[in-house]
Amino acid sequence: MPPPAVELKDVSKYFGKVIALNNVTFDLRKGEVHCLLGDNGAGKSTLIKILSGVHVPDSGEILLEGRVVHFGSPKETLDRGIATVYQDLALVPLMSVARNFFLGREPLKRWGPFTQFDLDYANATAYRELNGMGIQLRDAEQPVGTLSGGERQCLAIARAIHFGAKVLILDEPTSALGVHQASVVLKLIAQARARGIGVIFISHNVHHAYAVGDRFTILKRGRSIGTYPKGGITRNELLNLMAGGKELVDLEKELAALGPASAA
Amino acid sequence: MRRPPNIIIPSIQRDRGRMSVGTHDERVRSVSVLSRLLGRPELGAAAGALLVVVFFALVAGGSGLFSAKGIVNFLEVSAQLGILAAAVSMLMIAGEFDLSIGSMIGFAGILIAIPTIAWGWPIWVSILLAFAVSMLVGYLNGLIVVKTGLPSFIVTLGSLFMLRGLTLGITRVITGRTQASGIHEYSAHDWIAPIFAGQVFQGPIRWLAEMGWIDKRPSDGLPIIQGIPVSILWWIGLTIVFTWILMRTRFGNWIFASGGDANAARNVGVPVARTKIILFMMTAASAALFATIQVLVTGSADTLRGNLKEFEAIIAVVIGGTLLTGGYGSAVGAMLGAFIFGFVQMGIFYTGIDTDWFKLFMGAMMVIAVLFNSYVRNHAMKSR
Ligand SMILES: Nc1ncnc2c1ncn2[C@@H]1O[C@H](COP(=O)(O)OP(=O)(O)OP(=O)(O)O)[C@@H](O)[C@H]1O
Ligand SMILES: [Mg+2]
Repeated sequence: MPPPAVELKDVSKYFGKVIALNNVTFDLRKGEVHCLLGDNGAGKSTLIKILSGVHVPDSGEILLEGRVVHFGSPKETLDRGIATVYQDLALVPLMSVARNFFLGREPLKRWGPFTQFDLDYANATAYRELNGMGIQLRDAEQPVGTLSGGERQCLAIARAIHFGAKVLILDEPTSALGVHQASVVLKLIAQARARGIGVIFISHNVHHAYAVGDRFTILKRGRSIGTYPKGGITRNELLNLMAGGKELVDLEKELAALGPASAA
Repeated sequence: MRRPPNIIIPSIQRDRGRMSVGTHDERVRSVSVLSRLLGRPELGAAAGALLVVVFFALVAGGSGLFSAKGIVNFLEVSAQLGILAAAVSMLMIAGEFDLSIGSMIGFAGILIAIPTIAWGWPIWVSILLAFAVSMLVGYLNGLIVVKTGLPSFIVTLGSLFMLRGLTLGITRVITGRTQASGIHEYSAHDWIAPIFAGQVFQGPIRWLAEMGWIDKRPSDGLPIIQGIPVSILWWIGLTIVFTWILMRTRFGNWIFASGGDANAARNVGVPVARTKIILFMMTAASAALFATIQVLVTGSADTLRGNLKEFEAIIAVVIGGTLLTGGYGSAVGAMLGAFIFGFVQMGIFYTGIDTDWFKLFMGAMMVIAVLFNSYVRNHAMKSR
């Protein structure tokens, strides 16, 4: 069996007195969607920031295709094929779709003695790539600020896929989306998996996670409480393992006690 | 902060492609020309330029403002400010201010004058020194801003005062005075003078005078203007080059991204710090260019030169539609803003209105321009 695409071994991370991660072990295979679940403050974002080179772990190892690595910067991990779509998406709203798509990796062409940004290629490619992934745009020159939340999310993911990411890390890509737009993003995740990309998918929404996930790791207050394959766990068991699960049941009872209208 | 789990299971198959706009062709084409135009930052400045030209044509049409001499006069004022504004627009698009350029002008002027007059340096070497030292100061401004994360408004406000004080101090220590004059004596035969202070298109101007398009001086029959001040070419040339950089180069993309969202830009690997530092060096260089032109044209340097130019440049850039918060703007807009500035200043002069009123007018003009620009921009963002 080939080594995992990336792997964390007994990683801990402290912020002053806060133990954000405590001996967490985690791995991601190629062509799988590995969901990272857990309540607010469980350490999900911290874990992926370690994988994307933003934070350096205080102890433990990071392995990339079986070899121990030390990531110096987000740029370095990006160059090694680990693309992270942050919660804030790393898009510039006032710039066009195409300019955002190629930001930091602009295609160049010669123009006499000068080198210039090949905007025609950028516009055509961004338009074609996004369409190819099922995201139809009106115009690659429209500002990203005019896109809906789902379209922006898709743009950020499509960009990572286009630039040959081997590992795609998505921090709550569906959290702010309605049902329809969330489903478009989930489809895009499935497409990435079909291309052999390993996807780490953070979500608070068990239904979204269960729809595309192959394996599920649940974090609770900085510790991993286990990794489960899809076949080995039901959606309800997953829900109960997440901190929200039991509380939600309690909440339902509480609400029911308040009267019929709020129980609906 | 707790997000309730979504109870509805998304159907992956349903509603396929609703996010797309099925009729995307027709739906866009009808609005795209208008919204493209509305989406351009310089629209407000273009309208403003047209407005002031029409206004002064009506009230000052016969005053000489639109004679060859009048045109050259206001264009020269616009050009000098426009050189600054072109560089300032790029820096402001990248989300930063440079208030130090005002005193940088006085500083660079003295750096040209003292070595030339007091130490006998060839003037082109002094000019080189002025550019090098100014750009070093620009580099330090940029470095402090990106390293400390302090607002550039504060950092360069500090340099504004420090440079003015330094200029006064040095000049008085070395020359005992605060001005230096008689530089024409040194620059008259230097090869470098025509590049910054020459007149171009003298032949065509003479021809136009022969054809009766340009008035002749009654005394000697020569055209009333010798040629076009070369500073106007610098202004136009820099605006073209900066527009190309902004719109058509990778560096231009980085400028917009650095101002639009520096964090996002950094996350995708844009060297935001380097981009900003380079732009601080460019505004410093534009101040040195301004000083060089001024010193060679007037033949003198003064420690107080360039006073308030930093704000005049910002006014021109803002009238030109560049966002104070960065991420949006254009060099052509800055050019139009500088045009309005020079034109109105000279227009008021030619009309015979007390020039005291000029600042009132420009201040009001800027506020109106900002209101107009933000209205249009919001409208354009929505209409898309
Ligand atoms: N830079 C930091 N400095 C100090 N404490 C931090 C920092 N980043 C995270 N923490 C702390 O570490 C813990 C884990 O935070 P993390 O952001 O990883 O949670 P999360 O699982 O992503 O939560 P959420 O679902 O709300 O996004 C929290 O208690 C948080 O306050
Ligand atoms: Mg988080």
